[in-house]
Amino acid sequence: MTGGKASTGSPYAPHTAEETAAMLDAVGVESVEDLFDIPEPVRFDGEFGIEKRTEQATRRELQRTLGENRTLTEFLGRGHYSHYVPSLVDHLADRSEFLTSYTQYQPEVTQGFLQALFEYQSMLVELTGLEIANASMYDHATALAESALLAARVRQTSGNRVLVPDSILPERRSVLENYTDGPGLVVDEYATDDANADIDSLAETIDEETVLVYAENPTTRGTIEENLAEIGDLAHDNDALFCLGTDPVALALLQEPAAVGADIVVGDAAALGLPTSYGMGLGLFATREEFVRQVPGRLVGVSEDGDGNRAFTLTLQTREQHIRRERATSNICTNQAWVALRTAIHIAYLGASGLVELAEKCVTMADDLAQRLDDISGVQAPVNDRHHFREFVAHTDQPAPPIVADLEERGFAVHEVGEHEVQVCVTDVNEHAVDEFVTLFAEVAI
Amino acid sequence: MNYTQAKWEHDEDDLYEPLLSEKDGAEVEIEAALPDELTRDSLDLPELSEPELARHYTRLSQMNYGIDSGPYPLGSCTMKYNPKFTEDVAALPGASVHPDRSEGSVQGTLELLYGLQDYLARIGGMDAVSLQPPAGAAGEFTGILVAKAFHEANGEGDQRTEIIVPDSAHGTNPASAALGGYDVVELPSADDGRVDIEALEAAVGDSTALFMLTNPNTLGLFERDIERIAEIVHEAGGLLYYDGANLNALLGRARPGDMGFDIMHYNVHKTFATPHGGGGPGAGPIGVREKLAEFLPAPRVKKMNGTYERFDPERTIGKVHGFTGNWLVLIKTYAYIARLGDEGLSDASAKAVLNANYLASQIEYDVPFSPFHHEFVASAGDQDAADVAKRMLDYGVHPPTTKWPEIVSEALMTEPTEIENRETLDELADAFNAVIAEDDETLEAAPQKTTAKRIDQASAARNLRLSWHSLDD
Repeated sequence: MTGGKASTGSPYAPHTAEETAAMLDAVGVESVEDLFDIPEPVRFDGEFGIEKRTEQATRRELQRTLGENRTLTEFLGRGHYSHYVPSLVDHLADRSEFLTSYTQYQPEVTQGFLQALFEYQSMLVELTGLEIANASMYDHATALAESALLAARVRQTSGNRVLVPDSILPERRSVLENYTDGPGLVVDEYATDDANADIDSLAETIDEETVLVYAENPTTRGTIEENLAEIGDLAHDNDALFCLGTDPVALALLQEPAAVGADIVVGDAAALGLPTSYGMGLGLFATREEFVRQVPGRLVGVSEDGDGNRAFTLTLQTREQHIRRERATSNICTNQAWVALRTAIHIAYLGASGLVELAEKCVTMADDLAQRLDDISGVQAPVNDRHHFREFVAHTDQPAPPIVADLEERGFAVHEVGEHEVQVCVTDVNEHAVDEFVTLFAEVAI
Repeated sequence: MNYTQAKWEHDEDDLYEPLLSEKDGAEVEIEAALPDELTRDSLDLPELSEPELARHYTRLSQMNYGIDSGPYPLGSCTMKYNPKFTEDVAALPGASVHPDRSEGSVQGTLELLYGLQDYLARIGGMDAVSLQPPAGAAGEFTGILVAKAFHEANGEGDQRTEIIVPDSAHGTNPASAALGGYDVVELPSADDGRVDIEALEAAVGDSTALFMLTNPNTLGLFERDIERIAEIVHEAGGLLYYDGANLNALLGRARPGDMGFDIMHYNVHKTFATPHGGGGPGAGPIGVREKLAEFLPAPRVKKMNGTYERFDPERTIGKVHGFTGNWLVLIKTYAYIARLGDEGLSDASAKAVLNANYLASQIEYDVPFSPFHHEFVASAGDQDAADVAKRMLDYGVHPPTTKWPEIVSEALMTEPTEIENRETLDELADAFNAVIAEDDETLEAAPQKTTAKRIDQASAARNLRLSWHSLDD
C-alpha cells in the first residue's frame, strides 16, 4: 500500500515506512520522537480521545448533524442577507489555485488573485464614490470598529466620542465597544425618529469631542435613511468623520455615499457572494484618499514588472502589523480575501444593469409584501412611514412571540423585534414563497 | 520540477486584463420606485457574459500559485494540503442557515459548534473554548480582552498596563496588544534563540497583564524552560498567552494547557488544513483555563438534557464579531479533525517535524539555531534573502518566508509541513542549493519564468493606483 492511502497516521502525509526510515537516517536519528525537544514534565501521551474516521464516515456524520437543522424558508435579514449566488461563483472561486493560495507576498506568482482583489477594490470604489477600498475586513461590525479607530487617528488633537443611532444592532455595538475600549473612545447614541435619524437629537448630542458619526442606509428596520446629507453636514461642522454602514446591493441604487459627505463606508459585502452562512461575512471598508496611510488591512496597487508590463502587488505594507508591529494601523492579518473574490465574481456576473435590477427588486418586493401583510386583519405594515429596502417591520395586534413560533411550525422564519412587532425580509431567494407566506401569516396573526 | 505559471498576453503592454478594459460603456442610468433624491444617478460596472467571466477568472486562477500547484514552504504560515471533501461538507444543505434562527431549528449547527469546542479544548489542554474570533489576530485580541476583564475583576485593571512579547513574536502580537490599550514591552531573545529567563524576570512585575509566547517559537525552537516561564509570569500576577501559529509542531506531544498557558488561540487554517483562500478567511478560536471561562465572548454553546443551547458566559466581554465568526471555516475544521483523529493528528505533527529536519539536512545554507521542530530558519549569508526567494520562483517552487525573524540575518524561514514526500523535499533542496551557487546578477534579474518579471513594489507605493479609476492616465 502506498503512503497516501495508508490506513494509519495522517491520510495527507505521504511517507512510506521505507521513506521515513531513509529520512531519519539522513537526519541522523533513530526515531521521529528523537526530533522532539520537549522536556518530560510537559510531554503529552497523544490521547485526545478523538476517534479517527474515514472520509466517507466523516461526510456521513456531518450530513447527519447538519440534517438536524430544520428546513425553513427564511424571511430573515437584519444585517445578514441572502441573494441567489450563481453557480459560476462557486465553481470559479473553488478553483484550487485561488482557494489554496496564501497572502500575495510573492506577487510574481500571484497575479491572478491580486488582479481579482484589485477589481474588487475598484467595484467598491465605483459603488461608494470614495477613492479607495481595502481588500477586505472580517465583517460589518469589525469594519465599523476599524472606522472609529481610523477617525480617532486622523483626529489626534482631541475627542473621544463615537455617535451611533439608538437602533444599531446590539452585537454590532458590542464589537465597536470592544475595539474602541483600548484606545479610550466612548460610544454614545443619538435618537431615531420613525426609524430614521432624528437630526435634532444628533445636533444636540454631537460636540467637538466627537470623532465619528455613524449612520446606516438601509437602517436596522429596513428603512431608507433620508437625512444622510444633514448627518454628513453636522459631522463635518463638528470636525468629525461621517461613516455610513451599507452593502453593495443597496449601494447600486441608493444615494452615493460620497455625494452625501460620507468619509468612510463600511458594511457587509457578503450580501453578494455568500449565503447567510450563520453570520460569516465580508467587511467592506472604503474611504477617502487622504486617509490612505491610516487605512486598516491590505491594499492592492498597480506597478510594473521588469519588462515594463503592468502588474499588481500588495502596497503600503509599512502600515501593517508585520512591519510596524504595535504602531500598525490595525492588527488584521488574515482577512476575508476569498470571500472578496466571491463577491467580485458575483458583482461581475450581475454587471451594472443586473445589480441595479436586483436593488430595485429589493424596494418593490418589500413594498409589495408589506402591502399584502397590511391587508391582513390585525396586521399593520410597514410600521414605519418610510421607503424600505429588502425588509420592514409589521405590527401585529396579537403578541408577536406566538406568531413567530406558529410561523416556524409551518416552515417559515421571521424576526421578533417587539412585543407586537415582527420584521420580515424579502429578496430574490424567498420571493417564490411569498404567496404561501402571506396565506400562513393571515392564519397565525388572528 | 518544471512548473511554470500560465500567462496570457492580452496586448503589448499588459499581461491580462479583459475585465478592466471592458468596463467602459456599461453605465446604467438609475430609475427606481423612489424619489430621485434618495437614489444615485448612475452606475458604471463591467457587463460581460457568463462565458467571458468563466474564462476571465479561470485565466486569473492559472496565474496564481496555490498549495495544489506545488510546494509552498512558507514559514509560520503552515501551508498544508486542504482535503477536498471538507469543501463539500461545508456546502451541504443545512450548513448555511441565518444566524438569527431559533435554537430549536438549528440543533445541527449548534451540535457541530459544541463538538468543535470540545475537540479544540482537548487538543489544547484547555477548559473552555470560544469559536467566535474570525482570524488568529482576532483571537489574540479576544484573548487580550479576556485577560483585561480578568484583571479588572480582580481589581487590578488599572495597575496591569503592560503586555510582554519576545522580539521574535509575530507582528500581530504587539499590534493586538496595542489595540487592547496596552503598553508593549519587547523582550530580547537569549543567544540560543529562546526566551532570556533573566530578562523575563526583570521585565515582569505588578504592571504585567500578559506574556504572549509562541512555542515552538518562530525559529522552530521549543521553549524548554516553559514551566519556569509560566512560574515567573504567574508569580508576578500576570497571565500566559499561547500564540497557536506553531501548534502543528506539537499535536499529540504537548498541550499549551499542560505547559501552564492560561489563554491560547488556534489558527485553524494553519493547524487543521482549512484553505487560506488567498489571505483568508481563517478562524481563530480561543481556549482558556477555567478561571477565565466566564469572560469569553457570547454566545457559546452548551448541551442541556440532550438539547444544544446558546448561552452568554456570566461576565462575558461581549462580542468580537457580528455573530459566530467564520462558520464555514469551522465546519471544515471539525471535518479535518474528525478525519485524522488522535492517530492522524499526532502523525501529522511527527511528519511535519521529520520533513523540516530532513529538508534542513539537505540544504547548503547555514541553519544557525537547532534543534528545531516543524520549521527552521536558514541564513542566506551574503546573498539577499528577497533575491533568493525571487530566484527560487524560477525553479518552480514557492520560496520560504524571507527576512524574518530578524534574529537571523537574511532569514529564509522554511516550513515544508507533513504533506511533502521525500522526492519533493529533494527537489526543494535542489532549488535552494542551485540558488546558493548563483551570482548576485542572476539573483537580481530573477524571476524570469513567472507570469510577471520582478515587480517594482516601491513604485506601487510612490504612485498609488488602487482602483481601475486610476488607470486611465
